Amino acid sequence: MHCVCVLPSGSSEPRRQDRVTVDNNNMGLLSDPNRRRALLGLLTRLNAPICVVCYMAGVAWFMGLAFEPFTLRTYMSENAMGSTMVEERFPAGERALATGREFAAHKKKTGGMPVDWLVRTMQARGLEVFTQSFSRTLPFPDENKERYMVKGTNVYGILRAPRAPRTEALVLSAPCSPGDENNQAVGLLLGLAQYFRNQIFLAKDVIFLVNEHDLIGMQAWLEGYHHTNTTGMDWSPLQGRGGSIQAALSLELSSDIITSLDLVLEGLNGQLPNLDLANLFYAFCQKIGVLCTIQGKLQRNDWDSVSGYSHAVQTMMLMVMKQASGRPWGDHGLFLRYHIEAATIKGINSFRQYKTDATTIGRLLEGMYRKLNNLLERLHQSYFFYLMPSLSHFVSIGYYMPAFGLLAVILLLRALDLWVQLMTPPPRTEDGVIDIEQSSPGVLSVLTPLVISHLTGVALYMLPVRFQEMAVEHFPVSETEAVVLTAIAVYTAGLALPHNTHRLLAGEGDGAGLAGAEAGRGALPGRAVGLHRPHQLLPGLHPGSHPGARGRLRHTSRPKGFVGFHLGHPQPGLHAPLFRVFLPRATGNARQLPGWLGALPFRHLAGHPGPRAVRLSGLPTDRPVGLSLLAALLEHPLLEVDASQAGL
Amino acid sequence: MAARRRLVSALLVFLCASSVFSGAESQEATLTGGHRAAAVDDPPTDTERAEQAAEQPAVEERRWEATEVEEATPDEAAGEKQDTSAPGTAAPSSAPQPKDDFQEELVVRPLHSGDIYASFQFRTLWETDFTRENKVSHYRLFPKSLGQVISKFSVRELHISFTQGYWRTMQWGQPFLPSPPGAELWVWFQDSVTDVDGTWKELTNVLSGIFCASLNFIDSTNTVQPSASFKPLGIGNEATDHRFLRYATLPREIVCTENLTPWKKLLPCGSKAGLAVLLKSEKLFHSSFHSQAVHIRPVCEDRQCKTTSWELRQTLNVVFDLYTSGQGKREWSLFKMFSRTLTEACPLASSSKIYIDVTDNPQGEQFELSPATALLSQAVVLGDRRTFSVYDLTQQITFGSVRSLNLLIRWKSTEGDMLRPLLHAERYVAGYGLQTGEIHTLMYNNHPYRSFPVLLLDSVPWYLRLYIHTLTVTSKGKDNKPSYIHYQPSKDRLRPHLLEMLVQLPPNSVTEVTVQFERALLKWTEYTPDPNHGFYVGSSVISSLVPSIVAMDTNSTLKRPLFSSFFPCKEESSFFVRIYTEPLLVNLPTPDFSMPYNVICLTCTVVAVGYGSLYNLLTRSFQIEEPSPGLAKRIANIIRKMRGVPPL
Repeated sequence: MHCVCVLPSGSSEPRRQDRVTVDNNNMGLLSDPNRRRALLGLLTRLNAPICVVCYMAGVAWFMGLAFEPFTLRTYMSENAMGSTMVEERFPAGERALATGREFAAHKKKTGGMPVDWLVRTMQARGLEVFTQSFSRTLPFPDENKERYMVKGTNVYGILRAPRAPRTEALVLSAPCSPGDENNQAVGLLLGLAQYFRNQIFLAKDVIFLVNEHDLIGMQAWLEGYHHTNTTGMDWSPLQGRGGSIQAALSLELSSDIITSLDLVLEGLNGQLPNLDLANLFYAFCQKIGVLCTIQGKLQRNDWDSVSGYSHAVQTMMLMVMKQASGRPWGDHGLFLRYHIEAATIKGINSFRQYKTDATTIGRLLEGMYRKLNNLLERLHQSYFFYLMPSLSHFVSIGYYMPAFGLLAVILLLRALDLWVQLMTPPPRTEDGVIDIEQSSPGVLSVLTPLVISHLTGVALYMLPVRFQEMAVEHFPVSETEAVVLTAIAVYTAGLALPHNTHRLLAGEGDGAGLAGAEAGRGALPGRAVGLHRPHQLLPGLHPGSHPGARGRLRHTSRPKGFVGFHLGHPQPGLHAPLFRVFLPRATGNARQLPGWLGALPFRHLAGHPGPRAVRLSGLPTDRPVGLSLLAALLEHPLLEVDASQAGL
Repeated sequence: MAARRRLVSALLVFLCASSVFSGAESQEATLTGGHRAAAVDDPPTDTERAEQAAEQPAVEERRWEATEVEEATPDEAAGEKQDTSAPGTAAPSSAPQPKDDFQEELVVRPLHSGDIYASFQFRTLWETDFTRENKVSHYRLFPKSLGQVISKFSVRELHISFTQGYWRTMQWGQPFLPSPPGAELWVWFQDSVTDVDGTWKELTNVLSGIFCASLNFIDSTNTVQPSASFKPLGIGNEATDHRFLRYATLPREIVCTENLTPWKKLLPCGSKAGLAVLLKSEKLFHSSFHSQAVHIRPVCEDRQCKTTSWELRQTLNVVFDLYTSGQGKREWSLFKMFSRTLTEACPLASSSKIYIDVTDNPQGEQFELSPATALLSQAVVLGDRRTFSVYDLTQQITFGSVRSLNLLIRWKSTEGDMLRPLLHAERYVAGYGLQTGEIHTLMYNNHPYRSFPVLLLDSVPWYLRLYIHTLTVTSKGKDNKPSYIHYQPSKDRLRPHLLEMLVQLPPNSVTEVTVQFERALLKWTEYTPDPNHGFYVGSSVISSLVPSIVAMDTNSTLKRPLFSSFFPCKEESSFFVRIYTEPLLVNLPTPDFSMPYNVICLTCTVVAVGYGSLYNLLTRSFQIEEPSPGLAKRIANIIRKMRGVPPL
C-alpha cells in the first residue's frame, strides 16, 4: 500500500526528471507529493462535511461526559488524607451558635465589624490576635450603599501549633457580611478556635480570619499576608504570620440548622483547587452523614433516566459557565492565585426534611482540618483541571479536552482550506491583463490592522470609565450600565472595521483594481462581514492576487450565496472556466487523473518542479511541509484514496 | 576604604567588648571561698551566664543586688545565713580543689500567657587539658564520649542545640537560652587545625552518632563562616579568626525521644537521680516548645585565670501549654508537668536548686506557690531584675515530711495581653508564583528612646538566588544604611549565601530588610522525597546589645536605694540578646514526579515522531521513478532476471 510508485533503490538509473518520488517507509507525507495531494484534496473537497462532523462529535463528546458510566468516581489521591480513622469530637455547636448571636448583637450595635469584641473574644480563646485595616476607592459606587470608598478591618487570630516552627498554616475564614447573614459562620469559627486550642494534634498553625467586605477584605488580607499589591488597595501591614498557607476553607452559614452543605470551587479566572479538597469534603459528608451538593444540586442515583442525565448535564454546565465567568464565586477564589488550595462551604437551608445542626457541621470541619493538618506536602496529587457532573464523579482534563479539540480543529480546517486556495497559482492568460501584481503591498498594509486593533484595545480600556460620567448625566442609565453599554458600543463600531480596512487596503494597493473589485463585489451578498476572504485574514496578501477575487472579476454572474471557492468541488463543471488555464501544460507523462483531481492546487507542483511552482508574495508558503504533521493524522485513509486514484 | 576599615574595627571592638565581658563573667562565676558562697547563692550567675554574654559592670550590679537582697528581706536573713553557711562549710573541705564539679538547677518561670517555662541547666566543670599530647584517659564526671571528641578534633568550643518549636517572644518574653527551630551547631576549632573543613565534616558525623541526629546532613551547602555574629564564649576569645569557625543549621531536623536519651546519658547521674528524674519524654514532648542543648567551652578556674577548665553545660528548655495540659484547672505542679516529684538531689552534684520566678507575684496576686520557701534571691536576667524563690535540694528540709517535693503553682489571674519585648523579629516570604520572591525580615525596636545596633546574620541556601542589588534596609520609611555588610555569594551546589549586616535600629521603630530572590530549578535527583512540601531556609540570627529594662524603668526610683538611681541611664546597662527568626518554607518549581508514566509516554512519542521523520529525511535516497512498465516488459524482465541478464 505504501509503495505505490516506488522503485527499489538502485534498481534503475535515473533517467527522467519529471517525477520525483521517494522510498517512503513511514513518513512519506513529508515529501511525497502524491499523498499530499490526495490529502489536501480530501480536506478541501470534504471541508464542510468534516467540519460539521467535528462539531457534532465535539458536542456529543462533551455531552457524553456527564453520563455517569463514562465518568470516573472521585477517589482520594493524597495518601496523607487517605483513611478517615479519626473520630471527630467537636461538641460545642450550641455554644458556637450562642457566640454567633452575640456576634450579631455586637455587629448590629457597631453597625459594621465589631472589631474590639472579636479581638477580645479571640484572645480569650488563646489565639494571637491581629487586625488589618484596609481601604479601597472603588471605580463605581457600591451597589447598596452608594459609596466609592470602602474602608474596613480584618480580624484574624493565629492558633499556634505546639512544637511547630511557624512554617505552615491553614486558614479558616468567615466573611462578616452586612445584615443578618453569616453570623452563625463566625460563631462556628470561634467555637472551632476554642476547641482546637485545647487539642494537641495540630502540626500547622491555624489562622481564623473574619474578613469584612467579603472579597475586598479577603484580597486585602491576602495581599498583606504575601506583601504584594496587585489591586492598588491600601492596607496596613500584617503583624503576625504563620508561614506558607497550605489550604484554606471559607465558611458561609446563615441559619442555625441547615439541610445541606454546598461546595463552591470556582475561583478567580476559573481557577480550581486541587480535586482532593473536593474529595475530602465529599468523604466527610459521607462519613458524618450530611447532605452535600455542588452547584446547589444534589446528587441523583437515576443516571440512566433522562431526568437524571439532564441533571448531571446541568450541574456540569453550571460549573463550566461559572468558570467561564472568571469571577470568584466565594471568598476562597482569591486564595488560588497564591497557590493555596481553597474552597467555600455554604450552608443551605431549604425545605427538605433532613436537618443538620451546627455540631455536625463543626465535626465535619474538624475532620477536614485534621486531615489537612496531616498533610506532609501541599495538595498536588490529584487533578487541578476537572469538571464535576456530581460530587462523586469527575471529568478530568484528559477527557474533556478531546471535545474541545474537536471544536478547535474546525478552525484549523477552515484555515487550511483557505490557505490551500491561496497556494493555487494565478491564471496566466495570454493577454496578461490580469497578472500578479508583484508590487508588494508594503508595510503599511500590515500596519493598518495593527494600529486599528491597538486603537480598539485602548478604546476598550479607556473609554468606558471616561464616558461613564458623561453617560450618567445625559442618559437615564446607572454607572455600571454605562460601562457595559460603552463597551458594547466600542465592539459594535469594531464590527465595521474589517470591511473598511479592506477598502482602505484595496484602495492603496491598486486603484484600477479597486473599481473592478468593487464592481465585481457589488453582486455579492454579505460583503460587510467580509471575513470569508482570505486576504483579510492574511494581511500580507494583496487582494488582487487572490483567485477568488479574480474569479469574481471574471464571473460577476456568479450565483448568489456563493461565498467560498471550493477548489476541489466534486462538480468540476462549475469551476472549469476558471481553472482550465493552469491545468498542466507540460506534463507530458501525466497520468490520466479523474477530472476533479485536476483542480487540485498542487497539481502544477507535481507537473512542474522547480521554477514553475508559483509562489505568492507575502505568504510564508514556500512548501507545504508545515502541514505534514497535521496531515499525518489522516495519512492512512488518504493513502488508500491516493492509491485508488493513482493506481492506474 | 578607610571608612570601611574603621567600621570594621569599630565592629570588632564592639564584639571584643562583649566577649571580654563574658570571659570576665566566667571568672566571676568560679570564685572560691566566701566569694564562692555568694556566687553559689547567686542564681543570676548561672542564669545570666546562660545567656552566653554579660558585661563586666554587671558584676558590680550583681553584688549590689546581693546586698539589696539582704536589705530587702531582713526577716529572711536566717534562711539566707543558713544557705550561705552550707557552701561556706563545704569550702574548706574543697580546699584541695576537686578537679571536677557538677551543678544542677531548674528555673521555673510562670509566663505572662499562663504557660509555664521550665529551664534545666546541668554544668560539669573539669580542670584538665584536652589539647595536650598525652591523651586524657581517666574520666569521672565529664562524659568520655565528648571528651574524646574535643581532643580528637581539637575543638575549642562546641555549641549544639536541638529545638522543636518556635520561641514565641511576643507571648513568652526572651528565653534564657535562645535556639532556632531544628538543629544548630557551631564550633570553634583550635588554631592548630589545618584542614578545618575536613575536621568539621568528621566532627558532624561523629556528633550525629552521639546525639542520634541527622547532623551528617551538614555539608558545605549549609555551612557558613560568620565573620562577626558568633564569637567564642569561653576564654581566649581575643583571637577571633573566623576561619576556625563553622556554623550550620538544619531547620528541618525533628527532635524527639531518640535525641533526648543520649543527651541524658551525658549527665553524671543519668536520669536516675537529681533533677534529671523529671526528664521523662512522654511529658517533655507534650509541650509547646522543647529545646535541648550542649555547650562546651574552656573557662577560667579562678579570678586570675591561671588555670583553665572545661565547662560542659547541658540545658533543656521546655514550655508547657496551659490549655492542652491544664484541662481547665489553672494550676501547675511538678507532677503535672513531668509526672514525677523530686526526692533527692544528684549525689554527685555540689549544688542542686530550683528557682521559681516570683517577680510578677510579690504579694501572691498572680499565682499561689506551695510549699512556700523562705529563701529568696534576686538577679538581673536579660536586663530585667527578677526575684526568685529558691529550693535547695541538698537540704533535707526542702523535701518536708513526705520526703518528696512537688511544687504547685496555682494561677489566680487571667492571662494578659501580648508582650512588647524590646527586640523581636519576624521573617516571611513575599510574593506569589514560583519564579521569584522576596524575603522580608522585620526587626522591632520597642525601646521608647534608645537606638541600638544589631547584627543580622542570614544564611540562605544556594537554590534561592539572592539578588543582592535589591537589598534594602528601611526604618521609619527612610533608608537605613548598614554600617557593616559582609556578603559571600553562593556557589551552586557548593555553598550558601552568607549575609551579615550591622544595622542601627532607631528607637520605637520597625526596620525592614528585604531582598529579592529567584528560585532555581533543581536537578531531578536533588529534590527531596517530598518536594511539594517545600524547602527550608534556616532562621536569621539577630545578635544585639539591648538597653536594659532596668535602666529604662524610670519609676523604680522609689524602690531602689538612692545612690543607685542618680544616673538614670548608664551606658553599660545593656544586655546581650540573640534572637532567631522563623525558618522559611519555600516552594521551588517542582516537576510532577507522580507521573513518570506520562512523562515516559510523552518523551517516547516526541522522540519517535521527531527523530523518526528527521532520520527519514536525512537517510532516504531520492531516485527517478521508472514509469510503470507494461505487462510484457515486466514479464520480460523477470525472465531476464532469471537468466541473470540485466533487465531492460
